[in-house]
Amino acid sequence: MTQKNKEVCIELVLKLSGTITVLTTFGIIWVLFSESFSFFKEVSIVEFLTDNQWTPLFANKRFGIMPLISGTLLTTAIALTVALPLGLSIAIYLSEYAPKRLRLIVKPLLEMLASIPTVVYGFFALMIVTPFLKTILPNISGFNALSAGIVMGIMIIPFISSMSEDALRSVPKSIREASYGIGATRLQTSFRVMVPAASSGIIVSVILAFSRAIGETMIVAIAAGQQPRLTLNPLVPIETITAYIVQVSLGDVPHGSLEYKTIFAAGMTLFVFTFILNNIAFWVRKKFREEYE
Amino acid sequence: MKSTDYKIKSENVDVYYGDKKALTDINLNIRPNTVTALIGPSGCGKSTFLRVLNRMNDYIDSFSMTGKISIDGEDIYQSKIRVEDLRANVGMVFQKPNPFPKSIFDNVAYGLKIQGMKDKEFIKKRVESALKQAALWSEVKDDLKNPALSLSGGQQQRLCIARALAVNPKVLLMDEPTSALDPISTAKIEELIFNLKEKYTIVIVTHNMQQASRISDYTAFFYMGKLIEFDKTAEIFTHPREEKTQNYITGRFG
Repeated sequence: MTQKNKEVCIELVLKLSGTITVLTTFGIIWVLFSESFSFFKEVSIVEFLTDNQWTPLFANKRFGIMPLISGTLLTTAIALTVALPLGLSIAIYLSEYAPKRLRLIVKPLLEMLASIPTVVYGFFALMIVTPFLKTILPNISGFNALSAGIVMGIMIIPFISSMSEDALRSVPKSIREASYGIGATRLQTSFRVMVPAASSGIIVSVILAFSRAIGETMIVAIAAGQQPRLTLNPLVPIETITAYIVQVSLGDVPHGSLEYKTIFAAGMTLFVFTFILNNIAFWVRKKFREEYE
Repeated sequence: MKSTDYKIKSENVDVYYGDKKALTDINLNIRPNTVTALIGPSGCGKSTFLRVLNRMNDYIDSFSMTGKISIDGEDIYQSKIRVEDLRANVGMVFQKPNPFPKSIFDNVAYGLKIQGMKDKEFIKKRVESALKQAALWSEVKDDLKNPALSLSGGQQQRLCIARALAVNPKVLLMDEPTSALDPISTAKIEELIFNLKEKYTIVIVTHNMQQASRISDYTAFFYMGKLIEFDKTAEIFTHPREEKTQNYITGRFG
């Protein structure tokens, strides 16, 4: 083969892989839309958004997505409450305090947290964290949002710590020196100069972690329960959108039935959430990027 | 002149980065209200020496130093000295303008705010006087809330000088402050340095021979980590005692 033909071939392969990815994405969105569309022909969108019960699998069917949304947001909020302070402290420690050698060891170790299969996390939540919480909060149910949320928080720590640390370290070194040079302590330098200067990157990391937590499935399916419930009580079983989709997918709901279509409506809701969040992240990154030159 | 009259005294200073020796036996005394230029080829140790004077090297893991540096008769490497107080007292201006991504006002007020100053009127006055000293006030007085990064490079560097002056230092260290600037901005900064020595003791690292001869009273020539020659600038540039100095200032190497 001539050099030129080789180039053409390679270009074709590259183009093809790009096209396949894009087509797959569009295919998924198409299925989501069309199936949800046929769902909304039978259930009004107003009922879907306002009813406070979600019981598509019961005799008395109600189709209010709110309990699933509340379950999702509750576990996500708990996860962020755990991950945000921890992840940010780790990021600041690693970028502003830790000696270089320590950083080179700790960062990959932390990133390993993200590579643990989520089913392991789910089990950890159910078998270890919940029993432990029971010793402090005797009222807590065997399945609950708190334990799932905490463990999910641990899982997303590296999202926040790693990306925030990257953001902090991409602030020019000269700015840190300027702060030290005028007599600022490390703490003052970190919080008054570095964190504000890296804020866009830090916000993006939090939003992406948020988005990841909303879409997280295994942990909540295993440890948070399967009881759609419109509540902010973290001690009782709830159900998230993702856990519901798992529940129905694994059950014996006939294809094409209304019950079956609920998972597409739920999936659509989830998609809308993460789509919006990812776009906000994208926008923040573009809009608030600090230019130093 | 009595030895206590020196602003900065360096006695037998050796500096290492790990195993590498960066400075060897530096003895150099700097008089108050003078401009001292540190010259020499890249890697000769002049910037290292400058950074020893406000302990900016402290955060480098492999850095170690022996010998004694005193400012106003006080050993600055003594354990009871707060390095933050030292740095407020010994301001620094860097090679590339490095304003914070904050407003012009907040940049100059930063040093006061980190010292815990709350009095808004006082801060305002100090910011104004610092900007005036840095010859920037007339250009920015109506735009104090604008981001510092919207200023030109030369203005940013004068802002950085104002930021250092706002906390009333005694000494001002400048590490090639004009190397990233155009000739007009450079001229402005040089004029500024000339005016500032009335109130401050200035030590400036420069690669630019003409600059050293224009603005400094004393010049120290560093070569391979050693202080080769230190004298009045006029002497160094007209009658250097050492051959190396002669070769360097005439542009034969470096």
